[in-house]
Amino acid sequence: MPAVQETVEQVRSIDVDQYKYGFFTDIESEKAAKGLTEETVRFISAKKDEPEWMLEWRLEAFRRWQTMREPDWARVNYPPIDYQELYYYAAPKKKDGPKSIDDIDPEILATYEKLGIPLRERDALLGIESGASRVAVDAVFDSVSVATTFKEELAKAGVIFMPISEAIREYPELVKKYLGSVVPVTDNFFATLNSAVFSDGSFVYVPKGVRCPMELSTYFRINERNTGQFERTLIIADEGAYVSYLEGCTAPMRDENQLHAAVVELVALADAEIKYSTVQNWYPGDSQGKGGIYNFVTKRGDCRGDRSKISWTQVETGSAITWKYPSCILRGDESRGEFYSIAISNGYQQVDSGTKMIHLGKNTTSRIISKGIAAGHSDNTYRGLVSAHRKATGARNFTNCDSLLIGDKCGAHTVPYIESKNSSAQFEHEATTSKISEDQLFYCQQRGLDPEEATALIVNGFVKDVLQQLPMEFAVEAQKLISVSLEGSVG
Amino acid sequence: MNADIRPIRTPAEQALIAELDQLPSVNDRLGDLRLAAARSFEENGLPHRRVEEWKYTDLRTLMRDAVPVAGTAAVAEADARAKLLREVEARRIVVANGAVVPELSDFSALEEGLTLRSLADVIASGDDVAARIGGIVPGRYDAALALNTALAKDGVVLEVAPGAHIERPIHVVHVFAGSAPAASFARSLVVVGEGATLTYVESFEGPAGIAYQVNSATEFYVGDETHLDVVRLQEESASAIHLSTLLFEVGRRTQLHTFTFAMGAAVARTSLYATLSGEDSHIAFNGATLLKDRQHSDSTLFVDHKVPGCESRELFKTVLDDQSRGVFQGKIVVRQAAQKTDGRMMSRALVLGDDAEMDNKPELEIFADDVQCGHGATCGAIDDELLFYLRARGIPLKEAQSLLVQAFVGEAIETVEHDGLREALIACAEGWLKARA
Repeated sequence: MPAVQETVEQVRSIDVDQYKYGFFTDIESEKAAKGLTEETVRFISAKKDEPEWMLEWRLEAFRRWQTMREPDWARVNYPPIDYQELYYYAAPKKKDGPKSIDDIDPEILATYEKLGIPLRERDALLGIESGASRVAVDAVFDSVSVATTFKEELAKAGVIFMPISEAIREYPELVKKYLGSVVPVTDNFFATLNSAVFSDGSFVYVPKGVRCPMELSTYFRINERNTGQFERTLIIADEGAYVSYLEGCTAPMRDENQLHAAVVELVALADAEIKYSTVQNWYPGDSQGKGGIYNFVTKRGDCRGDRSKISWTQVETGSAITWKYPSCILRGDESRGEFYSIAISNGYQQVDSGTKMIHLGKNTTSRIISKGIAAGHSDNTYRGLVSAHRKATGARNFTNCDSLLIGDKCGAHTVPYIESKNSSAQFEHEATTSKISEDQLFYCQQRGLDPEEATALIVNGFVKDVLQQLPMEFAVEAQKLISVSLEGSVG
Repeated sequence: MNADIRPIRTPAEQALIAELDQLPSVNDRLGDLRLAAARSFEENGLPHRRVEEWKYTDLRTLMRDAVPVAGTAAVAEADARAKLLREVEARRIVVANGAVVPELSDFSALEEGLTLRSLADVIASGDDVAARIGGIVPGRYDAALALNTALAKDGVVLEVAPGAHIERPIHVVHVFAGSAPAASFARSLVVVGEGATLTYVESFEGPAGIAYQVNSATEFYVGDETHLDVVRLQEESASAIHLSTLLFEVGRRTQLHTFTFAMGAAVARTSLYATLSGEDSHIAFNGATLLKDRQHSDSTLFVDHKVPGCESRELFKTVLDDQSRGVFQGKIVVRQAAQKTDGRMMSRALVLGDDAEMDNKPELEIFADDVQCGHGATCGAIDDELLFYLRARGIPLKEAQSLLVQAFVGEAIETVEHDGLREALIACAEGWLKARA
């Protein structure tokens, strides 16, 4: 299998704490004053040229946030975050604003090229000729979106794909209708913070009956020092629409911790389907646990219409702390929610991730497959909720969470909550934790693989169920990431 | 939503605090223990849904009033009310309203190596074993246990000398007697010496229609290479509140099996805490819960693997009829030193009533890599195909359901080793099903 061979090569070529996306782009940037006050919120809103209602919405969130406390129930430990020591807005300095891709600062273009994200459509088109499929990209650099590709072609199909800051100006009605309708402003500490200070993110609207002609993708990059990234993504699939959306994240290596608090809202109307895939590879900190991104993310999908479907797939390899629970509210009858996750922690990473499947409609179904791999000194927790409302007759859930421990200094934990409020709901949950089987390792080694190769092979098999759910381009990337993340964990 | 929770004390909490304030100040270890427990209760109060371990059993709302501490029970009434497991051949010790009733208890002709006394006697005589009370600490504040520690005055103290094999089960009969709502607190201590064997039975019952409250706690010191079976039957009146805590300190190469059977009480909560501090032990915590009407029953267990090579098995079955609510919370912790741990936990719920609710929270917390741990939880209605199979053979619906429920619960009851006890428990389950049909 060539992919496995690739994994093995990756393992060989990279050192323990080498994070290949850890470079820093030296570019002049414009920042808001340090700290968070009403002024900061007004500044961000003014920068984005936002209408009055949006500013009010942010201020409301900000006032609310000031009365809230940081949640402490997750199994993560970190020194208190000083919210006044952060920059809430950083943008590459514009020279009159890019009109076309050619006007974008070449430094930024080079950055994305280095990350393997083609922003020039002609580069991407060249890709087609060589067999790769086309993906429309929205590239977010610190607080702003720097480029969105294939906009015109998407517009032909009626699909709106643009930075959310533009959408607020151009499609205020759509934004007003859906923004905050899945994750309310007051949902939780980090979501409220995001509502107050979010600077950019992607907006997708797929009209009735349209199947989005290509994969949409956003690539998030934190570059500046001491900045927090607060992006907001809103995806709406109207009746019978289909969209597949990919998200990727990286950041430079720094000694201090950086904050990332995003909110993602998905709305699927009747018969619509949204497939949301994430490969999260924020800087995880060095091998001593210094630095890294604090990733506090609120992701929620609302299956609002009957027979709608939302599927979350995530590969979590980065971040010093991951606090993330992509959820599905199964409101429409016969709607379906899926969650496929691979969470890998190494070094001193702490992962507390899982999902919520909230069954409200009749005959709703959900499926959770979670694979946690802990190595080094890391802690990896699956925390999930499956609940069936009284009226959610015929609800069905299947949950499988498996954890793999590599080394004796890491921890793997499972905290599922299963709440069934009616007799016709049928819930099944199973979880296992073990180490890599000695027998399997022995078998592989006997056939000439060294211990690292054997581990990579077994781990790849362990996560296969989830990898299969990823779009092809991502699956290969994710497979590489997995082997890199587990680097140095054997022997 | 994240505003500070202001400590407004509910009427029940105020009444309990008033009760605790009257604790006599005794300057000895037990006196200090009581005061410390009372203080921690005054500080933390009754648990509510924001307290993770009590998330599904919100005592602040479920326990509206605290009732006064029960007085001494009339011997004849206690005798008449103590009906459970009478047919089982065992040494019966009756604890009525939290106090041992010597007239109804069999302290005669104790087997060699068996010491059996009331806690009140042990405290009065100043025996060393009293120092073991409060020796097993669950590691986190538990309101039910704190109240018990502060307010319990009597209970059973049972010691089995090393190597002694006590064939005849010891049955501690907890009974509530009286016609007004009152609260009874009992604290027991079981010390099983190295290489000894024992079968320990606890049962709980009381008069129908009276909203009494029972708070019982038992500490088990399970020595090396012992074999201890604990069987527990809770059939309190449907108006009662039952809170109980079982604490285990488990030694090396021990066989510890518990079976908790819960059928009674309006609100019941049983917490089991086990610390495995000796290698190569095997423990099995099994249980069954049968609920109807608006009953609420919570089984919470916490198994802490501290040393290598232990095996733990948990199997809990819950049957829910009408609008009842069942809760299972199980947590297996495997510390870094506890390599080669093998832990398996299973919670299965069968939902018969349309409005019944089951909340499952099986947890794993693992810090050692060379382990095999798993848990499972299922929840659903009776399989239609199984029902159809039986009905196609002429068995009426209710009877078919009964058969299937019996088979479902039976799997857990079968784990009880003692023949007489097992049969008695099966009869209890059958009685429950018969009352339903």
